[in-house]
Amino acid sequence: MEWDWAFVWQIMPTLLEGLKITILATVLGAIVAAIVGLVLAIARRSPNPVVSRPVGFFADFIRGTPLLVQLYFIFYVLPDIGIRLSPLIAGVIGLGIHYGTYAAEVYRAGIDNVPRGQWEAARATNLSVRQAWIHVVLPQAIPPMIPALANYFIAMFKETPLLSAITVLELMNQAKSVANSSYRYIEPITMVGLFFLVISLISVVALRLLEERYARVDER
Amino acid sequence: MTGNEVGPVNYAIDAAVQESRGNCRESAMIDWSGYIGLILQGALVTIQLTVMGSALALVMAFAAGLGRMSRFAPVRALATVYIEFFRGTSIFVQLFWAYFVLPFAGITLTPLQAGVLALGLNVGAYGAEVVRGAVRAIGREQHEACVALNLGRYHRMRHVILPQALPLMLPTFGNNAIELLKGTAVVSLISLTDMTFQAQVVRAQTGSTLIPFATILVLYFAMAMAISAGMRWLERRASRGLDGVRV
Repeated sequence: MEWDWAFVWQIMPTLLEGLKITILATVLGAIVAAIVGLVLAIARRSPNPVVSRPVGFFADFIRGTPLLVQLYFIFYVLPDIGIRLSPLIAGVIGLGIHYGTYAAEVYRAGIDNVPRGQWEAARATNLSVRQAWIHVVLPQAIPPMIPALANYFIAMFKETPLLSAITVLELMNQAKSVANSSYRYIEPITMVGLFFLVISLISVVALRLLEERYARVDER
Repeated sequence: MTGNEVGPVNYAIDAAVQESRGNCRESAMIDWSGYIGLILQGALVTIQLTVMGSALALVMAFAAGLGRMSRFAPVRALATVYIEFFRGTSIFVQLFWAYFVLPFAGITLTPLQAGVLALGLNVGAYGAEVVRGAVRAIGREQHEACVALNLGRYHRMRHVILPQALPLMLPTFGNNAIELLKGTAVVSLISLTDMTFQAQVVRAQTGSTLIPFATILVLYFAMAMAISAGMRWLERRASRGLDGVRV
């Protein structure tokens, strides 16, 4: 079968429709992941082992099991216990929790990398714990985290096609439905690949710029 | 539209459901032992995919990782294109491409072949960066010492650089192997009867959702734990005798 540009232009509006959902899922997923990650990172630092142990195990468990199965779990099991979610919301929660466990590690490393002396100096200058976090620790911990977090969010963007398995009409699903109705697979699936490749190559360039901008913090 | 969206999985699952309804129509009670057997069969497929995919990934990682540091510009360019392409798109898109588009180019793969190919090439691209990073991390003085001792390029790599770089690669390789294990779940979408596919079959047949999915989550986690334990053992072995080499 030959590559047909006319067909590509014909399916383009459908694919762009799907791309919108893909980007929406990525952005929402990133927000959920950033919040879940912070909660997990703080809970894991808790001095109380009753809190930190289960949270640590939960994070390891999520990171050791496939996102697809977690999505199925959220999509099929939760309705049985009375929680009905739209496919997109279920997908965003799945992405957010899965990548939240990765983000938690980034937060942890960022916070651990702030030298002890900074905490001690904050205490010596009579700052409260809250002030120490807001004015001393976080301003130093966050910038080095940004490239690493962005890296995971790019990875998450690439995983969004999995949402098609729980019937979210994102890019991959639109391409599959076009392919199934027209029996032409080459153009839709290749175009999906191209979209992902182009967007992730652009994000990688953006990531390099972020790294250059924020890596200098280490050298201070 | 509903049947259309999930694509070939649904058809395959429906076929499996029809077949087994014929077998056990009379038993109203759910016979879990049979379903557990089904999931364990799927687990074997998952393990098979993980092992074969990892083997391909390992070969690709070294080929592309060392290729990217080659003296020859075309080899470097080829390795770079390979790495960027496979890291830039997701395993899911690559798998669908291998399974649905390659047949039009005259290459028809079985689901297992497509799965191993896509998983191996995808994870191999990530591994290539690990190989490159680890080889780069070996100090310049090691290279200079090899030149001073008149070792050739092959011997330098084989006897001096790689033995020191390998322990640096292993922890990340372990993570990559776990990523590959997690990636195998995606092959269920091209109707390969792995653990995730079998869990869907069990869900379709019994209507129970919690038990099949919770079971396979635990099994996946157990496999991931086994991989990381194996990697820790390998790491201890590979770094044996290197104490004090690096400060």
